[in-house]
Amino acid sequence: MNAVEMVGITKRFPGIVANDDIHLTVKQGEIHALLGENGAGKSTLMNVLFGLYQPEEGEIKIKNKKVTITGPTVANKLGIGMVHQHFMLVQPFTVTENIILGDERTSSGFIDYKKAEKEIQQLSDQYGLKVDPRAKASEISVGMQQRVEILKTLYRGADILIFDEPTAVLTPQEIEELIEIMRNLIKEGKTIIFITHKLKEIMSVCDRVTVIRRGKVIDTVNVADTDENELAALMVGREVSFEVNKEEAKPGEKVLEVKSLVVEDHRGIHVVDGLELEVRAGEVVGIAGVDGNGQSELIEAITGLMPVKDGLIQLNGKKINILGTRKIIEAGVGHIPEDRHKRGLVLDFSISENMVLQTYYKPPFSKGLIMQYREVDKYATRLIEEYDVRTPSQQTLARSLSGGNQQKAIIAREIDRNPNLLIAAQPTRGLDVGAIEFIHQRIIEHRDKGKAVLLVSFELDEILKLSDRIAVIYEGKIIGWVDPKTTTEEELGLLMAGRSKKEG
Amino acid sequence: MSQLNKQSTIVTALISIFLAMIIGSIAMQVAGYNPFAAYQALFVGSLFQAFDLGETIRTTTPLILTGLAVAIAFRTGLFNIGVEGQMIVAQLASLLVGIKLNLPPVLHMIVAVLVGGIAGAIWGFIPGFLKAVRGVNEVIICIMMNFIALYLSNVLVRNWLSEQGTDSTPKIPESASLRVDFLSEMFDSSRVHLGIIIALIMAFVMYILLWKTKRGYELRAVGYNPSAAEYAGINVKRNIILSMVISGFFAGLAGAGELLGTQGYMAIQSAFTGIGFDGIAVALLGANTPIGVILAALLFGVLTYGSQNMEHVAQVPPELIRVVVAAIIFFVAANISGILLGAVKKKRRAKES
Repeated sequence: MNAVEMVGITKRFPGIVANDDIHLTVKQGEIHALLGENGAGKSTLMNVLFGLYQPEEGEIKIKNKKVTITGPTVANKLGIGMVHQHFMLVQPFTVTENIILGDERTSSGFIDYKKAEKEIQQLSDQYGLKVDPRAKASEISVGMQQRVEILKTLYRGADILIFDEPTAVLTPQEIEELIEIMRNLIKEGKTIIFITHKLKEIMSVCDRVTVIRRGKVIDTVNVADTDENELAALMVGREVSFEVNKEEAKPGEKVLEVKSLVVEDHRGIHVVDGLELEVRAGEVVGIAGVDGNGQSELIEAITGLMPVKDGLIQLNGKKINILGTRKIIEAGVGHIPEDRHKRGLVLDFSISENMVLQTYYKPPFSKGLIMQYREVDKYATRLIEEYDVRTPSQQTLARSLSGGNQQKAIIAREIDRNPNLLIAAQPTRGLDVGAIEFIHQRIIEHRDKGKAVLLVSFELDEILKLSDRIAVIYEGKIIGWVDPKTTTEEELGLLMAGRSKKEG
Repeated sequence: MSQLNKQSTIVTALISIFLAMIIGSIAMQVAGYNPFAAYQALFVGSLFQAFDLGETIRTTTPLILTGLAVAIAFRTGLFNIGVEGQMIVAQLASLLVGIKLNLPPVLHMIVAVLVGGIAGAIWGFIPGFLKAVRGVNEVIICIMMNFIALYLSNVLVRNWLSEQGTDSTPKIPESASLRVDFLSEMFDSSRVHLGIIIALIMAFVMYILLWKTKRGYELRAVGYNPSAAEYAGINVKRNIILSMVISGFFAGLAGAGELLGTQGYMAIQSAFTGIGFDGIAVALLGANTPIGVILAALLFGVLTYGSQNMEHVAQVPPELIRVVVAAIIFFVAANISGILLGAVKKKRRAKES
């Protein structure tokens, strides 16, 4: 039986056709991957299925019955549940309160928390979710928050689950656990639609995969009959190289030196706690670690965005931790921030204005007190071309570009300033393979110009591929250095979990 | 706030005005007045004779400046609801220069105007400083600063500045006045004064400042995304303070213009004039752009001054015009026109396909 059948779905937005006559058939009890680049139309299609959008054309059949899904409530009734990429939990609420929110079952007017708790515990045990119904949402890990989201859909009786890029926020171990959970769900008779652009995960867990490119279905294939290279080519429309071509690093002078650095967060906790680090010219140092172990604070301290409590940060032998952000930038630090919307771009500025965010006050972009917008535009046009930022014009607002092109714009801006030290934090988060390939090349090129690169990423693949040396960060300290050529994901995973490295 | 910050196009503004006038006419109809006669009296009475036109321009003048003051703060992500208080201290300061200093004509006027602007800037500096350094919400401080200004000026006027046996101050001398003969004559001896020239110049100044200078780039970056501005090495705190100082200066010029051009003296005030608060509406309707602010201020000037004539000619109480003003703000802020236009587009698309 087909759990879901979408026939000839067309959804238009002003100026684009997000879904163009899409046919998708998901069989009962399978894990069906939806693969495509950013902006290919995967999320639009799933939002149509979940009732958030109404398609202009086409029809939907659930369990061979034609339906009209006018909203998420209707979708829930039909047994469709969606686990969103961004969790929607009320932080001060407990897990139970979060799960029953919007579906509170009452007895004589009161919510029966005891009963709800028991039901949730049962569901959790049944699917191996290991969720404590009484824990506060603010106190549980990212992985568990996601399992709460899964429970939410199960509690509402969903048997068709849509996972919207669920692994983007998880550590390798958590991804393993999630894959196990997905297998359990299938065993219990559920059907899963899995939106992703990570090929490895598709290969390891999915049964079939439908590839979408520019709003059209390219093909639906059995995972058993294909491989990563073929899928990547289908998704991007050309051959993609997974290997980063790089030569042996030729490390030179020390560029960045961090000595017993201590950084305090707003609660007075030492989030960076006596950290030691060294990056030389001509090498990429990768920092591996689970989110929240002081990576963000380390970067913010180096770039002057957070005060240094104790310790020393030196750039080319010069102490920089007392300088403000502007002086640090001028001393030759480039920074691709981890959150491109919060830090990296002024979304309501044009691309052109964004390209001079750190340099607007210098000639030729300004003369005296006056901005020279013509020069700014000229500069932006050059960067847009060189870094293949796809935008209608340099006057387009940064907001209206896709995530990949926004990131390319930031990378263009940061690399083109030719900094002695380039800090790249999550440089490819949420991007598709085509964009990742491009960005990786640029980072290696920068290294080959004899510059230092500090890479922070939660993607182990990325760390392993790009780095010449890997430092593992745990609770604000570097607890081990490994060689990317000889290490394994397992070794890294253990170090990231705080086990110290066995010698030899 | 985010809603207020949104750009409203000229279409939004026109649709909102039109809808608001319909609401106003319904209100008039219910209250037993003839809306056509009322609107006719309103526009004829404010635009068609030299004297009335002059008075309309006079009413518009401070609204342009308060609108610009609010708009410039909006652009930096701040809500300056303290324009009212900044105007009052500016009036006080200009008055003091006017009656206590003895300077030659023209120079006296220029000094009085500038001191007024500076007084407003200082009054704006305080909430800006507290916001930047202590993280206090500028809206609350601004409201408190309004009351401080109002009652401070009342105390000073009553105990120190008023003439014996009255509750108002002496008039400023001719040398400090913004009124000039050629303008008064041009508009049939109405009270229009040089303030309008100042207001138009300041609109141009705002345009240059925000969209042509480095400082404007910083102010706008801070307004749109303070985190990104900080990341880029821009001093966010300094720009927040500066924005409130500039905004206060604009408000101060509005106050100076009112005192040196229109009233000529100060009296005990029982309540705020509302010109500063109207500036919020003007900025909103004008989409925080200089040209938009000028046009919106003109509309509010017409409505305010014209409503007096409406009372004389059509016997409609001027309060009903405040209904129209309030409805305009409502329609713009709730983006009703956007909803309407969206529905029209949808229908058209449905027809096409």
